[in-house]
Amino acid sequence: MSDVTTKEPSPQTEVVQRGSFALTVRRLRRDTASMAALCVIFAIIVLAIVAPWVADITGHSPIEQFRETGLSPAGIPVGPGSEFWFGTDQLGRDVLVRLAYGARVSLLVGVFAALLASLIAVVVGTTAGYFGGTVDLVLSRLTDLVMSVPFLLCALALVSAFGPSLTLSVAVIVFFSWAPMARVIRGQVISLRRQDFVLASRSLGAGPLSIMVIDILPNLAVPIIVYTTMQIPNSIVFEATLSFLGMGIVPPTPSWGGMLADASSNSLYLVAWWLIFVPGTALLMTTLAFNILGDGLRDALDPKSARTMRRLKRRPKAGAKP
Amino acid sequence: MVPTSASLFRRQTGSDLAILEAKGLTVGIPTEDGTVHAVRNVSFSIKPGSLFGIAGESGSGKSVLTQAVMGLLPNADIGGEVWFEGRNLIGLSQEEMRRLRGGRIGMIFQDPLSSLHPFYTIGAQIAEVLHAHETISPAEARARVVDMLGKVGIPAPAERFDDYPHQFSGGMRQRVMIAMALILKPALVIADEPTTALDVTVQAQIVALLDTMRRDFGTTVILITHDLGLLSSVADDVMVMYAGHRLEYGRAEDVFRAPAHPYTAGLLRSTPASYRPGTELAPIGGRPPSLLATPAGCVFAPRCTEALPRCSSEPPPLRRYSDGVEALCWLEEGASTVRPTAKTATIAVKAAPPEPVAEIDDVCLTYQVGSFFGPKRALNVLKGVNLTVGRGETIGLVGESGCGKSTLARIVAGLVPATSGRVRVLGRDMGALDARQWREMRREVQLVFQDPFGSLNPRRRVGAIIGDPFRLHGLAKGDERREKVRHLMERVGLNPEHYNRFPAEFSGGQRQRIGIARALALNPALIICDEPVSALDVSIQAQVLNLLRELQRDLGLTYLFISHDLSVVRHVCDRIAVMQGGRIVEMETAERLFADPQHDYTRTLLSASKTLPAFAEAGRRSLVETRVAS
Repeated sequence: MSDVTTKEPSPQTEVVQRGSFALTVRRLRRDTASMAALCVIFAIIVLAIVAPWVADITGHSPIEQFRETGLSPAGIPVGPGSEFWFGTDQLGRDVLVRLAYGARVSLLVGVFAALLASLIAVVVGTTAGYFGGTVDLVLSRLTDLVMSVPFLLCALALVSAFGPSLTLSVAVIVFFSWAPMARVIRGQVISLRRQDFVLASRSLGAGPLSIMVIDILPNLAVPIIVYTTMQIPNSIVFEATLSFLGMGIVPPTPSWGGMLADASSNSLYLVAWWLIFVPGTALLMTTLAFNILGDGLRDALDPKSARTMRRLKRRPKAGAKP
Repeated sequence: MVPTSASLFRRQTGSDLAILEAKGLTVGIPTEDGTVHAVRNVSFSIKPGSLFGIAGESGSGKSVLTQAVMGLLPNADIGGEVWFEGRNLIGLSQEEMRRLRGGRIGMIFQDPLSSLHPFYTIGAQIAEVLHAHETISPAEARARVVDMLGKVGIPAPAERFDDYPHQFSGGMRQRVMIAMALILKPALVIADEPTTALDVTVQAQIVALLDTMRRDFGTTVILITHDLGLLSSVADDVMVMYAGHRLEYGRAEDVFRAPAHPYTAGLLRSTPASYRPGTELAPIGGRPPSLLATPAGCVFAPRCTEALPRCSSEPPPLRRYSDGVEALCWLEEGASTVRPTAKTATIAVKAAPPEPVAEIDDVCLTYQVGSFFGPKRALNVLKGVNLTVGRGETIGLVGESGCGKSTLARIVAGLVPATSGRVRVLGRDMGALDARQWREMRREVQLVFQDPFGSLNPRRRVGAIIGDPFRLHGLAKGDERREKVRHLMERVGLNPEHYNRFPAEFSGGQRQRIGIARALALNPALIICDEPVSALDVSIQAQVLNLLRELQRDLGLTYLFISHDLSVVRHVCDRIAVMQGGRIVEMETAERLFADPQHDYTRTLLSASKTLPAFAEAGRRSLVETRVAS
């Protein structure tokens, strides 16, 4: 009836509509634990990247043995000081430089194995969940089989058969870590498959591959991101375990698990605490940081989670009426 | 004691003691986007023993209002006063609220399946209410529960006491819920959409039961619903809410006969239940506003056809009329009650039977069900259905849930194979197609789904969703496809600039338009609409129904239109098939079916669907008082 009816709302009543990505970032930033975890992860990545520079600055290569300066006359490693910041190990090698190079191995194996495991899990989970029936039966039993194999025994057997190497470590880690995630993905796909939009796609003539990749996969982004993040620390610990048992990275290449193994093998840690403390702390901080980040991501990506709601409630009521 | 400052509301309701009285109730819910102002400055008072209706579309704040009254919103900022039996419920401690809930105020929820615990017998669940509020022996509790179950119309209550919720039908479950709400003889019962999840015929029974119960027990009932037909048949007083505001308030009879607020008038005009042959549904344009913002003027102004210049800049005053109706509006005379008439006689009588698009010939569908150990038994979903859909016509398929109408739709679409019988679309047998032919057939038959939220992939952009048919059939690429999608969006009334948005950024009605655009993309011979409007609000329903009709007129489309709502079907369909228990029991042209139903079941359906009273002249009403909003 009048022009006013189509008038835009006045500026002071405007409402900010945030995208889902912006909201996720906002929620993540409000979570102090996640931000701290992110800082720790960032620091470790930097440490891994600058490892050669660390070696340059200190003037110590990771595998060089400083028998004169790095060991006491009795052959005991020297503690943290101005020459060796984190001390030396039983062969007189610089622990700091080895820690930095070890971070490379840990991150490489952790991230790479986690990504590979996720890929397998997504393929197996989506196929099993989407097709159901016999396909599901076969793939699910395969998953059960992998989950029921005692991993250490099997890993030790494999490594003794083929000899330790980085590739074999990654392969073993991937083989034993995709199964739980595949189960989760399968469950999600089964519930997504029954949604109307999948039926809509099917009625438009979409084939199974098109439905799986274009319709279902984007809806799995949240579990994939969260589980991959959580898988990284598992892989790192896995690799450290293998190296600790002498089945992972081949010495003298430094790795955190190998450093711990060296320290414990001849009870040196009784006199040289830093040999356990330094790589142990690094391992603990890394895995803790990834786990906290994964937790935080899950809360941030799922706005309905209980923790987000609680945080919302605790916030001061700015616009509350008296 | 109710304080005397509430005298205004008493005067207008003509009652000395209101059972529940709200004054300036305001509810704000904090969210990440800011505070959602779900209820703003709402006042009402309810006479003892009356049935008070709260009407409104989704997001109008009607449920939030009652939840706030019941103290079920611990997170919200609640302002104002709510007086019940001499106490202000706002600010009452959790402990005191708990004693009131169930004991003095009962609640009935929308979905009786999810509000009953599946693990306990219904008798135990009702008895639990008794034990929570009274010290009573199990035997005595059982006796009272059985008595109550009998009163709400559960046959053989003593035997059904030990049954589990899944052993009851939807309507029976709602009866159990009513029994549970009434067992302690509360002074007030709040029924939040108690019939929405039920079939039409059952709806009528439940409403009748609520009405009888409140007369027998003297209980006051607050009935929250979006169904105006339902309210007009039972409510004493009604309150119409929109975007958290109380737009109109008064005696039901007066409000429905001559709505004072343009919104109420618009709602009544857009309800298919008020359809009369020769009239057109008049939808309310636009969509409900965001509850985050505080509008400078009237909340309804952007959608109002009678808006004045001042409506969008100044908050409207409260107008009170001689018959007690109150409206929050600048119009002094109240809304105009003119019902638009159809522009032209759109339904041309088809002389010769049109060329058939789909022929359904004695289609049966049987599922084998049975437990792992038990014997298998056959479940006959469809028992021989015959139907022919001619080009350019709209066939309505009406029936209650479980009658097999959606299954039939999926069979016609070729998504589910029939056990026996033949479905021919454009002369080709849907059961005998190879994979490539089946894919080709997808271009000819398209579906529009019921749930506008579930049928669009939440992680894909609207442009990609509407462009899917082109992508899957390799028809148009790149800029050409984008151009076609933009054209389709324009065709169904969407802004083509929203090409890159996600479905979550659209309202229910707009999403249904996206679904329609996707179905239209390949210019199919037959579009099957499976309950396309039942998930939408009344004012939006009319928009979508009119769009479907307009598209049919312009593009010569053929629809198979499935719905549980006879009034919706009557509005769009040429012929209506009534289904019951897997069979078509009656098939007739729309008007003949309404004028002269042959089958008993059709008559039951017709009598269960409510019609609204016609608008009357508002002449006898005069403005009594105007209070400027503070």
